[in-house]
Amino acid sequence: MDELIQEFLVESNENLDRFDGDLVKLESAPGHKELLSSIFRSIHSIKGACGFLGFQKLEKLAHAGENLLSKLRDGELPLTPEIGSALLESGDRIRQMLGSIGETGADGEEQFPELIERLIRLQDAPAAQPSPAKAELAASNQPESKPKPKSEPEPELKSNPEPKPEPKIELPVETAAAAGAALQASAEEPRVEGGMAIEKAEDRMVSGGGGIARPVPTGEPAASTDEAGRSPEEGRGKAGAADSTIRVNVTVLDRLMTLVGELVLARNQLLQFANTLTDAGFHGISQHMNLIATELQEEVMKTRMQPIGNIWSKFPRTVRDLVVSCGKEVRIEMEGKETELDKTIIEAIKDPMTHLVRNSVDHGIEFPAARVKAGKDPVGLLRLRAFHEGGQVNIEISDDGAGLNSERIRAKAVERGVVTAERATRMTEGEVFNLIFLPGFSTAEKVTNVSGRGVGMDVVRTNIERIGGTVDVQSAAGKGTTIRVKIPLTLAIIPALVVRSAGDRFAIPQVALTELVSLEAGDTKGGIEMVHGAPVYRLRGQLLPLIYLNRELRIETAETQKAKQGPVNIVVLRVDNRQFGLVVDEINDTEEIVVKPLQKQLKNVKTFAGASIMGDGRVALILDVPGLAQRANLGVPGRDDAARDAAKSSVNPGEQRQTLLLFEGQGRSRMAIPLSSVARLEEFGPDRIEHCGGQEVVQYRGQILPLIRISELVGGRGLIEEMTDGVQKPLEVVVYTEGERSVGLVVDHILDIVEETLVVRHNTGGASILGAAVVQQKVTELLDVAGLVRAAHPKFFEAGA
Amino acid sequence: MAHTQQFCTFFLEGHFFGVPVQQIQEVIRYQEMTRVPLVPEVVRGLIILRGQIVTAVDLRRRLGMSERPADQLPLNVVARTDDGPVSLLVDEIGDVLEVSDEAYERAPENMSPEQKQMVEGVYKLEHRLLLVLNVHRALEVGADPR
Repeated sequence: MDELIQEFLVESNENLDRFDGDLVKLESAPGHKELLSSIFRSIHSIKGACGFLGFQKLEKLAHAGENLLSKLRDGELPLTPEIGSALLESGDRIRQMLGSIGETGADGEEQFPELIERLIRLQDAPAAQPSPAKAELAASNQPESKPKPKSEPEPELKSNPEPKPEPKIELPVETAAAAGAALQASAEEPRVEGGMAIEKAEDRMVSGGGGIARPVPTGEPAASTDEAGRSPEEGRGKAGAADSTIRVNVTVLDRLMTLVGELVLARNQLLQFANTLTDAGFHGISQHMNLIATELQEEVMKTRMQPIGNIWSKFPRTVRDLVVSCGKEVRIEMEGKETELDKTIIEAIKDPMTHLVRNSVDHGIEFPAARVKAGKDPVGLLRLRAFHEGGQVNIEISDDGAGLNSERIRAKAVERGVVTAERATRMTEGEVFNLIFLPGFSTAEKVTNVSGRGVGMDVVRTNIERIGGTVDVQSAAGKGTTIRVKIPLTLAIIPALVVRSAGDRFAIPQVALTELVSLEAGDTKGGIEMVHGAPVYRLRGQLLPLIYLNRELRIETAETQKAKQGPVNIVVLRVDNRQFGLVVDEINDTEEIVVKPLQKQLKNVKTFAGASIMGDGRVALILDVPGLAQRANLGVPGRDDAARDAAKSSVNPGEQRQTLLLFEGQGRSRMAIPLSSVARLEEFGPDRIEHCGGQEVVQYRGQILPLIRISELVGGRGLIEEMTDGVQKPLEVVVYTEGERSVGLVVDHILDIVEETLVVRHNTGGASILGAAVVQQKVTELLDVAGLVRAAHPKFFEAGA
Repeated sequence: MAHTQQFCTFFLEGHFFGVPVQQIQEVIRYQEMTRVPLVPEVVRGLIILRGQIVTAVDLRRRLGMSERPADQLPLNVVARTDDGPVSLLVDEIGDVLEVSDEAYERAPENMSPEQKQMVEGVYKLEHRLLLVLNVHRALEVGADPR
């Protein structure tokens, strides 16, 4: 019985989906006969099935809906928006009841009397033909819509046993070629006599290949004769599609997938073994087997694929409801509905996609009046597009609405303290648009029940990133907005870079990878520099923090340390919008790997995302790049930080999160400058210092770099201290570049690079000091670099300009 | 008529352990393992069992016993869990024994509390004692990554 209900739920939900879709289509093509029949059949199937399953409340509602529909179908009533809404709502309620059946086994407490009342009232709407219509209705509808469920199949069989089973059998038998169970059940069908009608009907339900496969629902043949005459034909029309599909339990597919994985492994081993033999016959067989296994793997992968149209099909309904509630006009265009994605991904993107579609309609597309004013078609266009590109699926959701207002986003971002005003002005349009993905960020002027609460876009991004995807937004003022989502085809198999560290293999998901850098043994010294023990590499002028995989994983051995004479391999990875370098011993190759989850004993380790079986039949762990960055305390400024900032800065505007370069000024005092104003860190031997116009300079990259001794400028005695050391130390210089010109700030000792939330306490005075803050539990002075440079070289900025 | 139960038995540092056969999926010989960094040392690594990746937990380490001699390769006793199969690494495998409930007694009081958590009870067999391992507890590896 459970299985029966399960089957009923699955089928009914499919029916409802089709019901929704068809109904919305019908609104734009009123009176379309086939659509009407299809809608009618959908709801009729549900009603029929719940009748003999004993869900009376559900049946009652479905019945009311069906009666109304039958009037529409018979052309007695035109489809008005009111009727459309009522029908859609009844669809929703039925779905709700189905949900409750799935959870509790009963169709819930609610009976929705008002809705039923409304449905009944709408039936009687046309005053033109009140009583005859009613009489006719009673006559024509009685047999098919009678609420007495149990009696329904029975008279059907008794009254005319010959023709009735006929059309029904036809379908299952064809389907049966694929589904053995169905064959058996349907073959028995003709033999069933009236007394066993209910049992028989149950059989049929269980055996039915698919909801779509059975256009003739239980009880339908009991309808008037002309209908009975029509349905087999329609049935046959659909049978073509129905025959080619059967419903299979997902667990079976998953199991199949695992087995194929095993087969592939066994195949690999077989091939390796075959290489040790010289038997030509055996070689032939193993080659053949190789091909078959590969093909089998591909085919099994396909079974998990579903067209994206499966989720899109719900959008016309979503949009319709929105449009009705907010008084806009929107039409939807879809392109690439058949683009296929792995089932798990389809499920994962369903909610984000719905959100994006809602957003486009609610925020993107303007009201008809505004559109006309802007010289656009009053009917807005929402376009969904999906296509494959570079092993990924691209999904675009675009509208031809007003577009994003970058100025407003900027203002909002500054107001919320997400970015500083200065940073906001420097941001490119694209960067500004991407701010909408931050939590708590909404530019909607008023909060509607659909969107504008500022929870949403960040969730969209989180959900999409969780499955290894990316979201990007493009917009042109007045022209519209396009949101582009890129997602991997499948989660089960991902491209990954295989690396080695301390003898172990690790896989790094390709999505996180930006580039590979190999430093030859010779220039290793020049390449990797230390900032207070923290290794960094200058990647095209930007400091790239480095972490050593073997150290992070604590798998470093004396041996591996010794072996570190060769080239240094840096895998440049990106998390959120920050990069870091991962130093590994060896970079092997990129491979498509099958991701397997880790068991609970290993779940706590955030550094690994899973494991995979490699071609040689051994396990390699898959690195979780964000987890790794977190472990290495790289302080990835994620959205959380931004959120925290937003929350904090509303309280105290002096507080900001910044990456700072820390160094020691005079008298061991600690100073900091924003890392963003640092171009490079250099060391110069004292002998390289030359003098020019009474100033210390060094030759640097073909230019003359003036030096500024910070200690002297902010009132110290750095020089004297240095002399007392006896031997002159090399100078540690922070190169500051503005436009074409650079100056070197000579500091006593570079300490660290930290990311801190700054609370600027007070100004300690001094022209070049912005204030003091507590950084790493120590009071640190913040230098005003520009002011400092101006003080030393009043003409620096002019000359640079 | 006393009730009896079947146990899959194995040896750990000379002690005789048993797990109800229903909980055991299979016993396989030593497999090469892939070590997993940053996990508690009781987790020896990952093995492949017909396409599935299975965590291998060293019972000697789990029970706080001495390390197995380097030349002695452990065997995998694969236990069924809600989370899929998990391998228990043991020294040697014994027979499947049918024991009577009459021979059962709770774990002696003087066992260390840590071990008592994992040893449910003892069957007094003719020549030796059979310690009943609580697989569920044994696999509760408080995986503190740091």
